Amino acid sequence: MHSSHSSRHRRVGDSPAIKWLLIGTALAVAIGLLIVPLLVIFFEALGAGWGTLADNLLDQYTLHAIGLTLFVAALTVPLNLVFGTALAWLVTRFRFPGRKLLITLIDIPFAVSPVVAGLLYLLLYGRNGWVGGWLVDYDVQLMFSWPGIVMVTVFVTCPFVARELIPLMQQQGSEEEEAGVVLGASGWRIFRTITLPNIKWALIYGVVLTNARAVGEFGAVSVVSGNIRGQTNTLPLHVELLYQDYNIVGAFASASLLAGIAVFTLAVKGFVEWRQTHTLNRLQTEETA
Amino acid sequence: MTITVDGINKRFGKFQALNNVSLDIPEGKLTALLGPSGSGKTTLLRIIAGLESADSGRIAFSGQDVTKLHVRDRNIGFVFQHYALFRHMTVAQNIAFGLESLPRKQRPAKAEIQKRVRELLEMIQLPHLAQRFPAQLSGGQKQRVALARSIATRPKILLLDEPFGALDAKVRKDLRRWLRNLHDEFHFTSIFVTHDQEEALELSDQVVVMSQGNVEQVNEPTELYARPDSRFVFDFLGQVNVLSGEVKHGSLSQGNAWVTVPGIRHQGNAQLYLRPHEVRLATTPAAHANLPLRIEAVSLIGSEVRVELRPEGWTSESSDNIWEVGISHAEFNQQRPTRGDLRYAVPEVGHLFTGKDTQPTTVSWAEAESPPRVRLIK
Repeated sequence: MHSSHSSRHRRVGDSPAIKWLLIGTALAVAIGLLIVPLLVIFFEALGAGWGTLADNLLDQYTLHAIGLTLFVAALTVPLNLVFGTALAWLVTRFRFPGRKLLITLIDIPFAVSPVVAGLLYLLLYGRNGWVGGWLVDYDVQLMFSWPGIVMVTVFVTCPFVARELIPLMQQQGSEEEEAGVVLGASGWRIFRTITLPNIKWALIYGVVLTNARAVGEFGAVSVVSGNIRGQTNTLPLHVELLYQDYNIVGAFASASLLAGIAVFTLAVKGFVEWRQTHTLNRLQTEETA
Repeated sequence: MTITVDGINKRFGKFQALNNVSLDIPEGKLTALLGPSGSGKTTLLRIIAGLESADSGRIAFSGQDVTKLHVRDRNIGFVFQHYALFRHMTVAQNIAFGLESLPRKQRPAKAEIQKRVRELLEMIQLPHLAQRFPAQLSGGQKQRVALARSIATRPKILLLDEPFGALDAKVRKDLRRWLRNLHDEFHFTSIFVTHDQEEALELSDQVVVMSQGNVEQVNEPTELYARPDSRFVFDFLGQVNVLSGEVKHGSLSQGNAWVTVPGIRHQGNAQLYLRPHEVRLATTPAAHANLPLRIEAVSLIGSEVRVELRPEGWTSESSDNIWEVGISHAEFNQQRPTRGDLRYAVPEVGHLFTGKDTQPTTVSWAEAESPPRVRLIK
């Protein structure tokens, strides 16, 4: 084994054998479970050439699925942006009974399986549900149409923005806002010129995550959408549908689009994350200074 | 502007932060709110500012009730303990914020604001840092920017929450002097919160000593130090040496330590409070006192030599009651007290709290018994 002088420099748990074993395992898992499948998606999608890929993506139903997916995301993201910011503001700037409970409740969509969430909405807002039955009288249909899809997507993605903001806003405290109000600024001016610049990067990070999940959500949406081709089919559902139709190339073409969005999201997320730790570090050095 | 605090109560859950506090803050004076942490001083300051609301009671500025007035409309300057500078704005933008927040009709023109910001930057001697961000400043610089920001709109009242709490000793001293000058120049009615007695006594015109949500005593600094009204104020202001024991036949004793208390009729429990400068150290007991102490430490730093002593053979509970006596450097050079030496404390003036009394009785031995102090070396 190693000579004794090199072991002098070692700390507990620093054995090279363990180090390389862990690195090896992590690499093997990453390659086998993440990188190879991702490459296969693009490989399969492009297997028949760029032309076929374009044809598949320009298919009428695929285009509709892309449109619906983007439409749902475009509604979900602003809704959760406002909801998440308001919620984070509430739990970090006010003290009230049940505050801790509320912070825990924010995580429910993470804890509950999306399929269960979908079912709940179906039971509640469906034609035979408590609320849905009443809405039928007014000729309003939520389930098996786009409002239902938006509702479950909002539910599934609602923790992201709040989760990003709460720790940051807790750390920053409310002194700056108090300073603003003492100096005579209105509530809106304080939010616009003090709060918003301070939480900007965390907010963008939350939006990126919300968007990624909204585009890719399958479980909850599949329960409430009814999979009507050209009407309530989102891109993830469309992939499954094509696959069941034995249209493998078509399925992979749509899947590659989703994967492409994911890779792009990761790149944006990486950049924002870097900016955010940068901000947090500066905060900490400021505090210790 | 005078500030009137009238019967303020504030409770946080089960904790009574302020207990029926009433105060008059005189116009143009610098008042210190002094007390240990948890005494309610910061809460009181925030209630005066309007950042916190009282459960009951009234706040008035120059006789005008402002209890219901929003903090935004109270037109006060407030300096936060951790500066609370806007981290995404430059120093100049920070200082301009208050002016730019004024309602459109009162808001000065852009050029006017810039001119005012320049003046303030000159005043705090940081014009070269106008375009820096708060993270790029030192603590002392941040505090000066925070002060400039708070007085940009020319408020009549300036409130400061532990303004020098987070700074090191040297910077703290400079800033203290600077704040004093600033105050004298602009004649604000200022209140500052501090837990540092030295800061309070040195800087203020009036000190409000607080403890557990109550006002213990309000007085000028010199009066406060010379005539504390209660045991708490005595303990809290400056170092104090305590002999706690029983009065019998005209002398107070604890174990084999005793001191005569001329003119005291009381019998039973009593505490004698002695300031470090009211005690002298001798190598033999005096006729009126036998207070043996052993030297624990000698500190030469400062204008006086500080000697720390531990009671020797009093009672067991007094063994962690460390006494502190100040002697002149001349005296030190003559006697050379060192760690481990035995000395006798000879009190000259003391303050006796008898029974449950809150007011002390002053006891003096100087003329009565001890021979005149002879100092050979001048």
